[in-house]
Amino acid sequence: MSSKTMRLNLKIWRQKGPKANGKMVDYTLNEVNPEMSFLEMMDVLNQQLVERGDEPVAFDHDCREGICGMCSMFINGRAHGPMTGTTTCQLHMRHFNDGDTIVIEPWRASAFPVIKDLMVDRSAFDRIIQAGGYISVNTGSAPDANALPIPKENADMAFDAATCIGCGACVATCKNASAMLFVGAKVSQLSLLPQGQPEREERAIRMVEQMDKEGFGNCTNTGACEVECPKGISIENIARMNREYLRAKLVQK
Amino acid sequence: MSGKTKSGLIKSSIGKKVFMGLTGLFLCLFLAGHLAGNLQLLLPADVARDQFNAYAKFMTTNPAVKLLSYLTYFSILFHAVDGLYLAWQNKQARPQAYYKKDDAANAGWASRNMAVLGTLLLVFIVLHMKSFWYEMHFGAVPVYGSIEHGELKDLYTLTVSAFKQWWYVLIYVVSMAVVGFHLWHGFGSGFKSLGISHPVYTPLLNGFGKGFAVVVSVLFALLPVYIFLTSLN
Amino acid sequence: MSVLNSKIPAGPLADKWKNHKNSIRLVNPANKRSIDVIVVGTGLAGASAAASLAEMGYKVKAFCFQDSPRRAHSIAAQGGINAAKNYRNDGDSVHRLFYDTIKGGDYRSREANVHRLAEVSVNIIDQCVAQGVPFAREYGGLLDNRSFGGVQVSRTFYAKGQTGQQLLLGAYSALSRQVSVGQVKMYHRHEMLDVVMVEGKARGIIARNLVTGELERHSAHAVLLCTGGYGNVFFLSTNAMGSNVTATWKAHRKGAFFANPSFTQIHPTCIPVSGDYQSKLTLMSESLRNDGRIWVPKKQNDERRPVDIPEDERDYYLERRYPAFGNLVPRDVASRAAKERCDAGYGVGQSKMAVYLDYASAIQRYGTLEANKLGEIQPSAQRITELGTQVVASKYGNLFEMYAKITGDNPYETPMRIYPAVHYTMGGLWVDYNLMSNLPGLFVLGEANFSDHGANRLGASALMQGLADGYFVVPYTLGDYLADDIRTGSISTQDPAFDEAERSVQDQINRLMSIGGSKSVDYFHKALGKIMWDKCGMARSEEGLKQAISEIQALREEFYAQVRVPGSANEMNPELEKAIRVADFLELGELMCYDALNRNESCGGHFREEYQTEDGEALRDDENFAYVAAWEYGQGKAPILHKEDLNFENVKPSTRSYK
Repeated sequence: MSSKTMRLNLKIWRQKGPKANGKMVDYTLNEVNPEMSFLEMMDVLNQQLVERGDEPVAFDHDCREGICGMCSMFINGRAHGPMTGTTTCQLHMRHFNDGDTIVIEPWRASAFPVIKDLMVDRSAFDRIIQAGGYISVNTGSAPDANALPIPKENADMAFDAATCIGCGACVATCKNASAMLFVGAKVSQLSLLPQGQPEREERAIRMVEQMDKEGFGNCTNTGACEVECPKGISIENIARMNREYLRAKLVQK
Repeated sequence: MSGKTKSGLIKSSIGKKVFMGLTGLFLCLFLAGHLAGNLQLLLPADVARDQFNAYAKFMTTNPAVKLLSYLTYFSILFHAVDGLYLAWQNKQARPQAYYKKDDAANAGWASRNMAVLGTLLLVFIVLHMKSFWYEMHFGAVPVYGSIEHGELKDLYTLTVSAFKQWWYVLIYVVSMAVVGFHLWHGFGSGFKSLGISHPVYTPLLNGFGKGFAVVVSVLFALLPVYIFLTSLN
Repeated sequence: MSVLNSKIPAGPLADKWKNHKNSIRLVNPANKRSIDVIVVGTGLAGASAAASLAEMGYKVKAFCFQDSPRRAHSIAAQGGINAAKNYRNDGDSVHRLFYDTIKGGDYRSREANVHRLAEVSVNIIDQCVAQGVPFAREYGGLLDNRSFGGVQVSRTFYAKGQTGQQLLLGAYSALSRQVSVGQVKMYHRHEMLDVVMVEGKARGIIARNLVTGELERHSAHAVLLCTGGYGNVFFLSTNAMGSNVTATWKAHRKGAFFANPSFTQIHPTCIPVSGDYQSKLTLMSESLRNDGRIWVPKKQNDERRPVDIPEDERDYYLERRYPAFGNLVPRDVASRAAKERCDAGYGVGQSKMAVYLDYASAIQRYGTLEANKLGEIQPSAQRITELGTQVVASKYGNLFEMYAKITGDNPYETPMRIYPAVHYTMGGLWVDYNLMSNLPGLFVLGEANFSDHGANRLGASALMQGLADGYFVVPYTLGDYLADDIRTGSISTQDPAFDEAERSVQDQINRLMSIGGSKSVDYFHKALGKIMWDKCGMARSEEGLKQAISEIQALREEFYAQVRVPGSANEMNPELEKAIRVADFLELGELMCYDALNRNESCGGHFREEYQTEDGEALRDDENFAYVAAWEYGQGKAPILHKEDLNFENVKPSTRSYK
């Protein structure tokens, strides 16, 4: 499939460091192959910048197959670009046209401060998981795996919630920079499973408290998060978290 | 997980949303009642005048209604303060705006503008209460007739004469559109905030909410338009 | 007597691990509190080890170069995890899993290690389920299994095509719990750049804070390297962009032996390369071979669309060559067969370097079954396709979506194009039975060590090994080593050994920053990858390997003369990170060629063209090569070989046949 190459105008956020002021910088890139992935297009740009003696654009990326959750670009006003159910690394240039201007920005949220250029610090997510996104079971103390049957429907729902890759697209796209989909997915996963019951209330309370402490916004139920979530995690999980939290608060001793 | 944590529900993000949902949905009930009463304005003029003024008297004096009305004032105030506080918090959560953000790509217009719509409604409610509620309670509404325990105020005439002004009608019609949009998102969202969600019933509920938003706002808007048009004859 | 002591316990195979656990020394809980352990890498092995050790009471420092421990590349494993649970009642057992793994590894792994792996496999599933890992289940609520390449039982547990993700998130949650109680101190965006040896023992590391560029000293009583494989030496591989050999290579330079470095797994089902801008390759899970059929046209250079090629003009070459296992032959066999067909001119697609993986017949088969299940009488062809597509989507949906996103084709309608790609490295740092390298106090877990997979790894066994090492092996064996350290007290980072190590790291960084050449790091990485793929890839020859060694040496010289690393060392600098990693790959690549050159036989993933049967199957030489080749760093000269003989007391090495 030797398709024609494209010429693109790129507007990219450049920021030297966490405390530096950033700005949008224009670049032109010729001979972009439509079969390239978006990040491969960025590689080509960086290669040219290095050879020119400029500093390449710093961006987070790792697995490049849509599962590690590292890539995090806000492309043309949308988290991970124009396609749904797609991470930036899975976005391909065939979805753009010759002559397009593409605006590339980092995730924007006070809880996700910029480290450099398009890289942000998402350790707030780790701290939320540390607050309660686990089941307290020490290694070696588990009963036989089949000792605890779990209805397939619940297992499947828990799985759907558990597919979250922690990329932060939900926060990035939410007009309130809310992390409720991320937190809701983990609270839901564990509340749907029998293993998660003993710590169910405490988990919901602790995770929500940490989420609030990190400075994320509130949920307006716009549904933007579930549209932009690369794994298609349903906003249903936010309602379930609300329910879990409310319930936990009401039964709390 | 060791160690208990305790802090008030209202301090948390979800708690605040729960109260938004509770007060919002209560106000939806109020709107339905308010609308039912106001529809009497569509009756033939002399019947309407009798009925509406009697209804107004009932609404301002009945103790049960009084209780409800206090709850309504509280809900409006709480909903507004809580909502504005949430909006401020949300603003803080993203201090630096995007250079380009395609908001329409993933969320409805109403859902993205609840704070603005709500603020407009707050302004409208102040105006509305000044025009009718204040006049009724403290103003000089002419006396229409006397009944067993006191006298009937002629709220009907006050209302009809207010809506003879075209600009006043316009404010109301626009405000009712705002109500419509606010409810369009708010009704379903309120239930979600309360954690009520179900694969089958939630879509039905959302559908009902949208229908409710349209019917309530259109019927409310119809009243001033109807009065204005009949006053032209 | 070899310098290598594998410390395999005496006694019958099935009792070795049990007896060993019963006889090794322990550290009492009070003493654990004063012992520090460094864990580098937070994939399945690292996260599970860090969490388990912290639960036991050790003070753990964990390091990862990613922005969160949850992003380690274990997350990308798709297909599943093996365990000898025998929930299917299909005759599986610990012994059978052991046997399959030894045979799958082409008799180049240690019996004792592999048997222990099979033993603890059952505990892993229990542990993960208890953590809330949502494995696939049946309607009765019990766990489901599927079959995988190279075996004849269904013992693979899975969570759609995201098993690695779910297992890693389980381990990550256990790790997070220990971080929250202060037992683990987590250092993310930190890269280990040297191991510090104090008085002959591994006592710490030098790590670079990737955000600030600062070099940090961290001390501990033992260091665990759980840093994954080095497939990225090929530039193009299914590994994540950041996967690298640096941690293990630095340890190698400090004296740790590198075992079987040339044993590389080329995975048969990956999406083919589409152009020279390609940055990585994407795996399509082996589980797809359960239901998919692999074929090429019978005519060379057939330009017809695949759906237009009639059944009798298709060559289902795996089914033809290996009727017993068909499309489920082990990975090395499947990969070579694809290469053979493409080299012979039967390849498909633009590059002609691809074969078809076809789901049409699976869709028909599942569609008919489903129609029967639903009681639909005489369903239309369209209805069957619809139902079959639904079933296939429920099993492999995310993989199909991934394929569609990358290629722009719809794999439900047209067969997928696939080609082998570098996926996993069986080689790694040499470790004894306790997972300790030849450097005291330096333990190596998961893909970073060499121990369990021999010359070829079976599908769904990498996850098993990573978690086995981290949850169930090292928590015991580390105690035995640390029992001597209960009175040592904390290790000072002011020791001259730390000064020395930090200085050498600083020197390397200064050197790279000061070259100021004109070529990017990627230029050299790609050049190295091409040499490796062409000459040390799926087929190797003496002549090619010798060429490769001199080419790599020349490339390395060019690298140190021509590379350009922009920016400064005192800030976030991804180019510098890459340069440090590629510098190590440039040394590792050469060692791999030496190893491949030394091994005058074909076994598993290592295929020497000179050593093959008449019909092109691998020709193993058990008489001369039934050993682990453990290489000592040559300090600028040729590496030094040490051999650990492999003794097969319980299985008799035979010619691996899947026919």
